[in-house]
Amino acid sequence: MKPTRVMYGSHAVAEAVAACRPGVISAYPISPQTHIIERLAYLSANGQLDAEMVRAESEHSAFSTVLGASAVGVRAYTASASQGILLATEVFYTMAGMRFPVVMTVANRTVSTPISIQPDHQDSMAIRDAAVIQLYVESIEEAYATHVQAFRIAEHSEVMLPVMVCMDGWILTHGHEPVSAPTQEEVDGFLPPYSAPVRLDPDHPLSWGVYVDDDLNMEFRWATVQAMEKAGQVIDEVANEYAGRFGPFYGGVIDPYRADDAGIVLLAMGSVAGTMKDCVDGLRDRGENVGLIRIRSFRPFPWREIMAAATNARAFAVLDRSMSPGGQGQIAADLKGYLYGQRRVEIAGFIGGVGGRDISPSSVESMLRRTKEWLDNGEFPPGPIPLGLRTEVL
Amino acid sequence: MSKGLPLGAVVEPGMSRAYPTGQWRLLRPMLSESACNGCGICDLYCPDAAIAVVEEGGGGGRTARIDYFYCKGCGICAVECPRKAIDMAPEPQGMGVGG
Repeated sequence: MKPTRVMYGSHAVAEAVAACRPGVISAYPISPQTHIIERLAYLSANGQLDAEMVRAESEHSAFSTVLGASAVGVRAYTASASQGILLATEVFYTMAGMRFPVVMTVANRTVSTPISIQPDHQDSMAIRDAAVIQLYVESIEEAYATHVQAFRIAEHSEVMLPVMVCMDGWILTHGHEPVSAPTQEEVDGFLPPYSAPVRLDPDHPLSWGVYVDDDLNMEFRWATVQAMEKAGQVIDEVANEYAGRFGPFYGGVIDPYRADDAGIVLLAMGSVAGTMKDCVDGLRDRGENVGLIRIRSFRPFPWREIMAAATNARAFAVLDRSMSPGGQGQIAADLKGYLYGQRRVEIAGFIGGVGGRDISPSSVESMLRRTKEWLDNGEFPPGPIPLGLRTEVL
Repeated sequence: MSKGLPLGAVVEPGMSRAYPTGQWRLLRPMLSESACNGCGICDLYCPDAAIAVVEEGGGGGRTARIDYFYCKGCGICAVECPRKAIDMAPEPQGMGVGG
Protein backbone atom coordinates (compact mmCIF):
# COMPACT_ATOMS: atom_id res chain seq x y z
CA MET A 1 0.00 0.00 0.00
CA LYS A 2 1.04 3.59 -0.52
CA PRO A 3 1.55 5.67 2.59
CA THR A 4 -1.71 7.25 3.76
CA ARG A 5 -2.12 10.71 2.24
CA VAL A 6 -4.65 13.52 2.65
CA MET A 7 -6.22 13.64 -0.80
CA TYR A 8 -8.58 15.94 -2.64
CA GLY A 9 -11.61 13.85 -3.70
CA SER A 10 -11.41 14.51 -7.45
CA HIS A 11 -7.67 13.84 -7.50
CA ALA A 12 -8.14 10.58 -5.61
CA VAL A 13 -10.65 9.41 -8.22
CA ALA A 14 -8.34 10.48 -11.08
CA GLU A 15 -5.40 8.63 -9.52
CA ALA A 16 -7.52 5.50 -9.00
CA VAL A 17 -8.74 5.59 -12.62
CA ALA A 18 -5.19 6.14 -13.91
CA ALA A 19 -4.02 3.13 -11.88
CA CYS A 20 -6.61 1.04 -13.77
CA ARG A 21 -4.78 1.88 -17.05
CA PRO A 22 -7.75 2.92 -19.24
CA GLY A 23 -6.99 3.22 -22.95
CA VAL A 24 -9.55 5.93 -23.72
CA ILE A 25 -10.94 8.72 -21.53
CA SER A 26 -13.52 11.15 -22.87
CA ALA A 27 -14.09 14.55 -21.32
CA TYR A 28 -16.85 17.10 -21.17
CA PRO A 29 -16.88 19.52 -18.24
CA ILE A 30 -19.69 19.95 -15.73
CA SER A 31 -19.60 20.79 -12.04
CA PRO A 32 -18.88 19.10 -9.74
CA GLN A 33 -17.20 16.48 -11.93
CA THR A 34 -14.76 18.67 -13.90
CA HIS A 35 -11.78 18.37 -11.57
CA ILE A 36 -11.68 14.59 -12.04
CA ILE A 37 -11.25 14.82 -15.82
CA GLU A 38 -8.95 17.84 -15.47
CA ARG A 39 -6.68 15.81 -13.23
CA LEU A 40 -6.68 12.90 -15.66
CA ALA A 41 -5.73 15.32 -18.46
CA TYR A 42 -2.92 16.61 -16.24
CA LEU A 43 -1.65 13.08 -15.56
CA SER A 44 -1.83 12.30 -19.28
CA ALA A 45 0.01 15.49 -20.26
CA ASN A 46 2.74 14.71 -17.72
CA GLY A 47 3.24 11.24 -19.12
CA GLN A 48 1.92 9.56 -15.97
CA LEU A 49 -1.07 8.10 -17.83
CA ASP A 50 -0.95 6.43 -21.23
CA ALA A 51 -4.53 7.02 -22.39
CA GLU A 52 -6.14 8.66 -25.38
CA MET A 53 -7.86 11.79 -24.02
CA VAL A 54 -10.85 12.73 -26.19
CA ARG A 55 -12.50 16.10 -25.72
CA ALA A 56 -16.16 15.86 -26.71
CA GLU A 57 -18.67 18.57 -27.63
CA SER A 58 -21.38 17.29 -25.27
CA GLU A 59 -22.03 14.59 -22.70
CA HIS A 60 -23.96 12.63 -25.31
CA SER A 61 -20.76 12.54 -27.36
CA ALA A 62 -18.52 11.92 -24.36
CA PHE A 63 -20.47 8.80 -23.36
CA SER A 64 -20.79 7.71 -27.02
CA THR A 65 -17.00 7.97 -27.28
CA VAL A 66 -16.37 5.55 -24.42
CA LEU A 67 -19.09 3.28 -25.82
CA GLY A 68 -17.18 3.14 -29.11
CA ALA A 69 -13.85 2.67 -27.36
CA SER A 70 -15.26 -0.26 -25.40
CA ALA A 71 -16.55 -1.76 -28.67
CA VAL A 72 -13.00 -2.01 -30.03
CA GLY A 73 -11.98 -3.77 -26.83
CA VAL A 74 -10.40 -0.90 -24.91
CA ARG A 75 -10.92 -0.15 -21.20
CA ALA A 76 -12.71 3.20 -21.16
CA TYR A 77 -13.76 5.80 -18.61
CA THR A 78 -15.59 9.10 -18.36
CA ALA A 79 -17.41 11.17 -15.74
CA SER A 80 -20.33 13.56 -15.58
CA ALA A 81 -23.14 14.90 -13.39
CA SER A 82 -26.64 16.34 -13.36
CA GLN A 83 -27.85 17.57 -16.80
CA GLY A 84 -24.90 15.79 -18.40
CA ILE A 85 -26.21 12.44 -17.17
CA LEU A 86 -29.69 13.28 -18.43
CA LEU A 87 -28.39 14.33 -21.86
CA ALA A 88 -26.58 11.00 -22.21
CA THR A 89 -29.57 8.90 -21.12
CA GLU A 90 -30.04 7.04 -24.39
CA VAL A 91 -26.34 6.20 -24.50
CA PHE A 92 -26.57 4.43 -21.11
CA TYR A 93 -29.36 2.19 -22.38
CA THR A 94 -27.43 1.48 -25.58
CA MET A 95 -24.15 0.85 -23.75
CA ALA A 96 -25.81 -1.55 -21.30
CA GLY A 97 -27.70 -3.38 -24.04
CA MET A 98 -24.49 -3.79 -26.04
CA ARG A 99 -22.89 -5.06 -22.80
CA PHE A 100 -19.95 -2.67 -22.70
CA PRO A 101 -18.09 -2.64 -19.34
CA VAL A 102 -17.45 1.11 -19.24
CA VAL A 103 -16.83 2.68 -15.82
CA MET A 104 -18.20 6.14 -15.18
CA THR A 105 -18.17 8.50 -12.24
CA VAL A 106 -21.30 10.41 -11.36
CA ALA A 107 -20.46 13.40 -9.16
CA ASN A 108 -24.01 13.46 -7.85
CA ARG A 109 -25.74 16.80 -8.36
CA THR A 110 -29.38 17.79 -8.53
CA VAL A 111 -31.08 18.50 -11.88
CA SER A 112 -32.92 21.51 -13.29
CA THR A 113 -35.42 23.13 -12.70
CA PRO A 114 -34.63 25.06 -10.51
CA ILE A 115 -30.99 24.90 -11.50
CA SER A 116 -28.47 24.24 -8.73
CA ILE A 117 -25.04 22.69 -8.48
CA GLN A 118 -25.70 21.18 -5.04
CA PRO A 119 -25.70 17.42 -4.37
CA ASP A 120 -28.53 14.95 -4.32
CA HIS A 121 -29.15 11.66 -6.16
CA GLN A 122 -31.70 12.81 -8.73
CA ASP A 123 -29.26 12.57 -11.66
CA SER A 124 -28.15 8.95 -11.24
CA MET A 125 -31.72 7.94 -10.27
CA ALA A 126 -32.82 9.05 -13.74
CA ILE A 127 -30.70 6.16 -15.09
CA ARG A 128 -32.17 3.65 -12.63
CA ASP A 129 -33.75 1.40 -15.28
CA ALA A 130 -30.95 1.40 -17.89
CA ALA A 131 -29.21 -1.82 -16.70
CA VAL A 132 -26.24 0.20 -15.46
CA ILE A 133 -24.77 -0.99 -12.15
CA GLN A 134 -24.89 1.83 -9.58
CA LEU A 135 -22.49 1.89 -6.62
CA TYR A 136 -22.67 4.72 -4.06
CA VAL A 137 -19.73 5.59 -1.83
CA GLU A 138 -19.44 7.22 1.58
CA SER A 139 -15.87 8.51 1.66
CA ILE A 140 -13.04 9.61 -0.62
CA GLU A 141 -10.98 6.52 0.20
CA GLU A 142 -13.98 4.34 -0.64
CA ALA A 143 -14.34 6.25 -3.93
CA TYR A 144 -10.72 5.35 -4.72
CA ALA A 145 -11.25 1.68 -3.95
CA THR A 146 -14.61 1.46 -5.66
CA HIS A 147 -13.27 2.72 -8.99
CA VAL A 148 -10.62 -0.01 -8.93
CA GLN A 149 -13.28 -2.56 -7.99
CA ALA A 150 -15.72 -1.21 -10.61
CA PHE A 151 -13.62 -2.29 -13.61
CA ARG A 152 -13.35 -5.82 -12.18
CA ILE A 153 -17.12 -5.96 -11.66
CA ALA A 154 -17.99 -4.49 -15.07
CA GLU A 155 -15.57 -6.74 -16.97
CA HIS A 156 -16.56 -10.00 -15.20
CA SER A 157 -17.52 -12.42 -18.00
CA GLU A 158 -20.94 -13.11 -16.46
CA VAL A 159 -21.69 -9.44 -15.78
CA MET A 160 -20.48 -7.31 -18.73
CA LEU A 161 -22.46 -4.21 -17.80
CA PRO A 162 -21.44 -0.55 -17.36
CA VAL A 163 -20.82 0.63 -13.80
CA MET A 164 -21.58 4.08 -12.39
CA VAL A 165 -19.62 5.02 -9.29
CA CYS A 166 -21.82 7.63 -7.64
CA MET A 167 -20.25 10.08 -5.17
CA ASP A 168 -21.92 13.11 -3.64
CA GLY A 169 -20.79 16.22 -5.48
CA TRP A 170 -18.70 18.73 -3.51
CA ILE A 171 -19.00 16.77 -0.26
CA LEU A 172 -16.77 14.03 -1.68
CA THR A 173 -15.43 15.43 -4.98
CA HIS A 174 -14.14 18.63 -3.37
CA GLY A 175 -13.38 17.47 0.16
CA HIS A 176 -10.04 16.38 1.59
CA GLU A 177 -9.70 13.11 3.51
CA PRO A 178 -6.96 10.65 4.43
CA VAL A 179 -6.67 7.99 1.73
CA SER A 180 -4.95 4.63 1.94
CA ALA A 181 -4.55 3.19 -1.56
CA PRO A 182 -2.81 0.27 -3.27
CA THR A 183 0.34 0.80 -5.32
CA GLN A 184 0.37 0.56 -9.12
CA GLU A 185 1.85 -2.95 -8.90
CA GLU A 186 -0.87 -3.99 -6.47
CA VAL A 187 -3.61 -2.60 -8.74
CA ASP A 188 -2.02 -4.41 -11.71
CA GLY A 189 -2.16 -7.66 -9.74
CA PHE A 190 -5.81 -7.07 -8.84
CA LEU A 191 -7.01 -5.83 -12.23
CA PRO A 192 -5.62 -7.65 -15.29
CA PRO A 193 -5.82 -5.99 -18.74
CA TYR A 194 -9.29 -6.04 -20.28
CA SER A 195 -9.88 -8.80 -22.79
CA ALA A 196 -13.07 -8.16 -24.76
CA PRO A 197 -15.11 -11.25 -25.79
CA VAL A 198 -15.86 -9.65 -29.18
CA ARG A 199 -14.43 -6.48 -30.65
CA LEU A 200 -15.15 -4.11 -33.49
CA ASP A 201 -12.53 -4.98 -36.11
CA PRO A 202 -12.60 -4.00 -39.81
CA ASP A 203 -10.74 -7.19 -40.72
CA HIS A 204 -13.39 -9.35 -39.05
CA PRO A 205 -16.66 -7.43 -39.48
CA LEU A 206 -19.64 -8.10 -37.23
CA SER A 207 -23.04 -6.41 -37.01
CA TRP A 208 -23.50 -4.37 -33.81
CA GLY A 209 -26.71 -2.94 -32.41
CA VAL A 210 -28.86 -5.04 -34.71
CA TYR A 211 -32.63 -4.90 -35.02
CA VAL A 212 -34.46 -7.43 -32.85
CA ASP A 213 -38.25 -7.71 -32.80
CA ASP A 214 -40.79 -9.42 -30.60
CA ASP A 215 -39.24 -12.84 -31.20
CA LEU A 216 -36.15 -12.11 -29.02
CA ASN A 217 -36.23 -8.48 -27.84
CA MET A 218 -37.50 -9.38 -24.36
CA GLU A 219 -34.88 -12.11 -24.03
CA PHE A 220 -32.03 -9.68 -24.74
CA ARG A 221 -33.43 -7.32 -22.08
CA TRP A 222 -33.89 -10.23 -19.66
CA ALA A 223 -30.25 -11.20 -20.13
CA THR A 224 -29.41 -7.89 -18.40
CA VAL A 225 -31.71 -8.88 -15.52
CA GLN A 226 -29.68 -12.09 -15.17
CA ALA A 227 -26.42 -10.14 -15.41
CA MET A 228 -27.59 -7.80 -12.62
CA GLU A 229 -28.44 -10.80 -10.46
CA LYS A 230 -24.91 -12.14 -11.00
CA ALA A 231 -23.43 -8.68 -10.39
CA GLY A 232 -24.72 -8.77 -6.80
CA GLN A 233 -22.46 -11.76 -6.06
CA VAL A 234 -19.54 -10.31 -8.00
CA ILE A 235 -19.70 -6.96 -6.15
CA ASP A 236 -19.38 -8.86 -2.83
CA GLU A 237 -16.59 -11.13 -4.14
CA VAL A 238 -14.57 -8.23 -5.54
CA ALA A 239 -14.97 -6.14 -2.36
CA ASN A 240 -13.82 -9.13 -0.28
CA GLU A 241 -10.83 -9.78 -2.53
CA TYR A 242 -9.85 -6.09 -2.35
CA ALA A 243 -10.02 -6.27 1.44
CA GLY A 244 -8.06 -9.52 1.48
CA ARG A 245 -5.26 -8.07 -0.63
CA PHE A 246 -5.14 -4.48 0.59
CA GLY A 247 -6.96 -4.33 3.93
CA PRO A 248 -9.78 -1.80 3.66
CA PHE A 249 -13.34 -3.13 3.44
CA TYR A 250 -16.21 -0.72 2.84
CA GLY A 251 -18.98 -3.30 2.47
CA GLY A 252 -20.15 -5.32 -0.53
CA VAL A 253 -23.62 -4.58 -1.83
CA ILE A 254 -24.43 -3.17 1.62
CA ASP A 255 -22.48 -1.72 4.54
CA PRO A 256 -24.36 -2.54 7.77
CA TYR A 257 -23.54 -0.62 10.94
CA ARG A 258 -24.82 -1.90 14.31
CA ALA A 259 -27.87 -3.19 12.44
CA ASP A 260 -28.07 -6.87 13.44
CA ASP A 261 -29.92 -6.38 16.75
CA ALA A 262 -31.53 -3.00 15.90
CA GLY A 263 -35.30 -2.58 16.17
CA ILE A 264 -35.26 0.45 13.89
CA VAL A 265 -32.81 0.45 10.98
CA LEU A 266 -31.87 3.55 9.02
CA LEU A 267 -31.33 2.99 5.30
CA ALA A 268 -29.40 5.48 3.16
CA MET A 269 -26.77 5.89 0.44
CA GLY A 270 -23.69 8.04 0.05
CA SER A 271 -21.83 10.45 2.28
CA VAL A 272 -24.75 11.03 4.66
CA ALA A 273 -24.03 7.59 6.14
CA GLY A 274 -21.07 9.14 7.99
CA THR A 275 -23.39 11.48 9.87
CA MET A 276 -25.80 8.63 10.46
CA LYS A 277 -23.12 6.34 11.92
CA ASP A 278 -22.24 9.07 14.44
CA CYS A 279 -25.92 9.47 15.25
CA VAL A 280 -26.35 5.72 15.74
CA ASP A 281 -23.46 5.73 18.24
CA GLY A 282 -24.95 8.68 20.14
CA LEU A 283 -28.43 7.18 20.18
CA ARG A 284 -27.10 3.76 21.29
CA ASP A 285 -25.33 5.52 24.19
CA ARG A 286 -28.73 6.90 25.15
CA GLY A 287 -30.24 3.42 25.07
CA GLU A 288 -31.96 3.62 21.67
CA ASN A 289 -31.99 0.33 19.75
CA VAL A 290 -31.06 1.68 16.32
CA GLY A 291 -28.72 0.77 13.49
CA LEU A 292 -27.89 1.67 9.91
CA ILE A 293 -27.61 -0.14 6.61
CA ARG A 294 -25.82 1.85 3.95
CA ILE A 295 -26.71 0.67 0.47
CA ARG A 296 -23.55 0.53 -1.68
CA SER A 297 -25.22 -1.13 -4.66
CA PHE A 298 -28.53 0.45 -5.63
CA ARG A 299 -28.55 -1.53 -8.90
CA PRO A 300 -28.63 -4.46 -8.37
CA PHE A 301 -30.88 -3.76 -5.36
CA PRO A 302 -29.60 -5.79 -2.37
CA TRP A 303 -32.92 -6.68 -0.73
CA ARG A 304 -31.85 -10.17 0.40
CA GLU A 305 -28.73 -8.77 2.07
CA ILE A 306 -30.75 -5.99 3.73
CA MET A 307 -33.18 -8.57 5.17
CA ALA A 308 -30.34 -10.78 6.39
CA ALA A 309 -28.56 -7.85 8.04
CA ALA A 310 -31.69 -6.54 9.79
CA THR A 311 -33.18 -9.68 11.29
CA ASN A 312 -34.58 -7.87 14.33
CA ALA A 313 -35.89 -4.80 12.51
CA ARG A 314 -39.48 -3.82 13.20
CA ALA A 315 -39.16 -0.75 11.00
CA PHE A 316 -36.89 0.78 8.37
CA ALA A 317 -36.44 4.55 8.23
CA VAL A 318 -35.38 5.09 4.62
CA LEU A 319 -33.74 8.27 3.32
CA ASP A 320 -34.04 8.99 -0.39
CA ARG A 321 -32.00 11.97 -1.65
CA SER A 322 -34.18 12.03 -4.75
CA MET A 323 -37.84 12.23 -5.61
CA SER A 324 -40.33 10.63 -7.96
CA PRO A 325 -43.11 13.21 -7.78
CA GLY A 326 -46.41 11.37 -7.74
CA GLY A 327 -44.70 8.25 -6.40
CA GLN A 328 -42.45 6.96 -3.62
CA GLY A 329 -38.79 7.71 -3.11
CA GLN A 330 -36.79 5.26 -5.22
CA ILE A 331 -35.14 3.30 -2.38
CA ALA A 332 -38.34 3.16 -0.35
CA ALA A 333 -40.31 1.98 -3.39
CA ASP A 334 -37.86 -0.86 -4.10
CA LEU A 335 -37.71 -1.93 -0.47
CA LYS A 336 -41.49 -1.97 -0.10
CA GLY A 337 -41.79 -3.88 -3.36
CA TYR A 338 -39.30 -6.58 -2.41
CA LEU A 339 -40.42 -6.97 1.23
CA TYR A 340 -44.13 -7.36 0.46
CA GLY A 341 -45.13 -10.87 1.46
CA GLN A 342 -41.62 -11.70 2.74
CA ARG A 343 -41.70 -10.35 6.26
CA ARG A 344 -43.79 -7.85 8.22
CA VAL A 345 -41.57 -4.78 8.55
CA GLU A 346 -42.83 -1.22 8.60
CA ILE A 347 -41.19 1.23 6.21
CA ALA A 348 -41.05 5.00 6.61
CA GLY A 349 -39.92 6.53 3.33
CA PHE A 350 -38.32 9.92 3.96
CA ILE A 351 -37.20 12.37 1.25
CA GLY A 352 -34.37 14.65 2.34
CA GLY A 353 -31.08 16.22 1.42
CA VAL A 354 -32.57 17.40 -1.86
CA GLY A 355 -30.79 20.19 -3.72
CA GLY A 356 -27.93 19.98 -1.25
CA ARG A 357 -29.98 20.63 1.90
CA ASP A 358 -27.87 19.57 4.83
CA ILE A 359 -28.87 16.45 6.72
CA SER A 360 -27.81 17.22 10.27
CA PRO A 361 -27.75 14.89 13.27
CA SER A 362 -31.04 16.48 14.39
CA SER A 363 -32.61 15.55 11.01
CA VAL A 364 -31.52 11.94 11.55
CA GLU A 365 -32.87 11.96 15.10
CA SER A 366 -36.19 13.30 13.86
CA MET A 367 -36.40 10.40 11.40
CA LEU A 368 -36.02 7.99 14.30
CA ARG A 369 -38.33 9.86 16.66
CA ARG A 370 -41.14 9.93 14.11
CA THR A 371 -40.59 6.28 13.11
CA LYS A 372 -40.86 5.29 16.79
CA GLU A 373 -44.09 7.25 17.15
CA TRP A 374 -45.60 5.54 14.11
CA LEU A 375 -44.51 2.15 15.45
CA ASP A 376 -46.22 2.94 18.79
CA ASN A 377 -49.39 4.13 17.03
CA GLY A 378 -49.31 1.15 14.67
CA GLU A 379 -49.83 3.38 11.63
CA PHE A 380 -47.30 4.63 9.04
CA PRO A 381 -47.80 7.36 6.44
CA PRO A 382 -48.05 5.63 3.06
CA GLY A 383 -46.38 8.17 0.83
CA PRO A 384 -43.05 9.96 0.73
CA ILE A 385 -42.38 11.84 3.99
CA PRO A 386 -40.50 15.14 3.62
CA LEU A 387 -37.57 15.69 5.95
CA GLY A 388 -36.86 19.30 6.87
CA LEU A 389 -39.37 20.72 4.38
CA ARG A 390 -39.91 24.50 4.74
CA THR A 391 -43.69 24.29 4.92
CA GLU A 392 -44.00 28.01 5.70
CA VAL A 393 -43.39 28.86 2.01
CA LEU A 394 -45.68 26.20 0.53
CA MET B 1 -23.96 -15.74 -19.78
CA SER B 2 -27.06 -16.61 -21.76
CA LYS B 3 -27.19 -20.03 -23.40
CA GLY B 4 -28.13 -19.04 -26.93
CA LEU B 5 -28.13 -15.25 -27.23
CA PRO B 6 -25.02 -13.51 -28.56
CA LEU B 7 -23.73 -11.04 -25.96
CA GLY B 8 -24.95 -7.53 -26.73
CA ALA B 9 -26.77 -8.69 -29.90
CA VAL B 10 -23.52 -8.79 -31.89
CA VAL B 11 -23.97 -11.08 -34.89
CA GLU B 12 -22.36 -12.03 -38.21
CA PRO B 13 -22.60 -9.21 -40.76
CA GLY B 14 -24.98 -9.07 -43.72
CA MET B 15 -28.02 -10.23 -41.77
CA SER B 16 -30.43 -8.09 -43.83
CA ARG B 17 -29.45 -10.14 -46.91
CA ALA B 18 -30.97 -13.19 -45.23
CA TYR B 19 -34.12 -11.38 -44.09
CA PRO B 20 -37.15 -12.28 -46.26
CA THR B 21 -38.95 -8.93 -46.49
CA GLY B 22 -41.12 -10.61 -49.12
CA GLN B 23 -43.12 -11.89 -46.14
CA TRP B 24 -44.55 -8.38 -45.73
CA ARG B 25 -46.15 -8.43 -49.21
CA LEU B 26 -49.93 -8.26 -49.56
CA LEU B 27 -50.00 -7.56 -53.32
CA ARG B 28 -47.80 -9.47 -55.74
CA PRO B 29 -46.42 -7.74 -58.86
CA MET B 30 -47.16 -9.94 -61.88
CA LEU B 31 -45.00 -9.25 -64.93
CA SER B 32 -46.24 -9.84 -68.45
CA GLU B 33 -43.06 -10.79 -70.24
CA SER B 34 -44.65 -10.26 -73.64
CA ALA B 35 -45.43 -6.64 -72.75
CA CYS B 36 -42.05 -5.92 -71.07
CA ASN B 37 -39.32 -4.51 -73.34
CA GLY B 38 -36.67 -4.45 -70.61
CA CYS B 39 -36.45 -0.65 -70.40
CA GLY B 40 -35.45 -0.86 -66.69
CA ILE B 41 -37.62 1.99 -65.36
CA CYS B 42 -39.14 -0.40 -62.78
CA ASP B 43 -35.61 -1.33 -61.67
CA LEU B 44 -34.73 2.35 -61.17
CA TYR B 45 -37.88 3.06 -59.16
CA CYS B 46 -37.91 -0.07 -56.98
CA PRO B 47 -37.06 1.13 -53.41
CA ASP B 48 -35.81 -2.33 -52.40
CA ALA B 49 -33.66 -3.12 -55.42
CA ALA B 50 -35.88 -6.16 -55.87
CA ILE B 51 -36.07 -5.92 -59.69
CA ALA B 52 -33.24 -6.60 -62.09
CA VAL B 53 -33.25 -6.41 -65.88
CA VAL B 54 -31.79 -9.56 -67.34
CA GLU B 55 -30.88 -10.90 -70.78
CA GLU B 56 -33.62 -13.13 -72.07
CA GLY B 57 -32.79 -16.20 -74.11
CA GLY B 58 -30.01 -15.87 -76.69
CA GLY B 59 -31.55 -13.20 -78.91
CA GLY B 60 -30.32 -10.15 -77.04
CA GLY B 61 -33.79 -9.35 -75.66
CA ARG B 62 -34.09 -7.96 -72.14
CA THR B 63 -36.78 -8.33 -69.49
CA ALA B 64 -37.44 -7.45 -65.88
CA ARG B 65 -37.03 -10.15 -63.20
CA ILE B 66 -38.69 -9.64 -59.82
CA ASP B 67 -37.04 -11.01 -56.68
CA TYR B 68 -39.94 -12.10 -54.49
CA PHE B 69 -37.66 -12.83 -51.53
CA TYR B 70 -37.24 -9.06 -51.01
CA CYS B 71 -40.23 -7.49 -52.87
CA LYS B 72 -42.60 -5.89 -50.31
CA GLY B 73 -45.37 -5.39 -52.85
CA CYS B 74 -45.45 -1.59 -52.77
CA GLY B 75 -46.63 -1.39 -56.37
CA ILE B 76 -44.45 1.50 -57.51
CA CYS B 77 -43.17 -0.59 -60.44
CA ALA B 78 -46.71 -1.23 -61.65
CA VAL B 79 -47.52 2.51 -61.55
CA GLU B 80 -44.31 3.57 -63.28
CA CYS B 81 -44.14 0.95 -66.04
CA PRO B 82 -44.72 2.85 -69.34
CA ARG B 83 -46.04 -0.31 -71.03
CA LYS B 84 -48.37 -1.36 -68.16
CA ALA B 85 -46.56 -4.70 -68.09
CA ILE B 86 -46.98 -5.18 -64.30
CA ASP B 87 -50.26 -5.91 -62.51
CA MET B 88 -50.65 -6.10 -58.74
CA ALA B 89 -52.55 -9.26 -57.70
CA PRO B 90 -53.55 -10.28 -54.18
CA GLU B 91 -51.17 -12.78 -52.61
CA PRO B 92 -52.87 -16.17 -52.78
CA GLN B 93 -52.19 -16.85 -49.06
CA GLY B 94 -52.89 -13.31 -47.86
CA MET B 95 -49.21 -12.47 -47.35
CA GLY B 96 -46.09 -13.22 -49.31
CA VAL B 97 -43.87 -16.04 -48.19
CA GLY B 98 -40.62 -14.80 -49.66
CA GLY B 99 -38.60 -16.47 -52.37
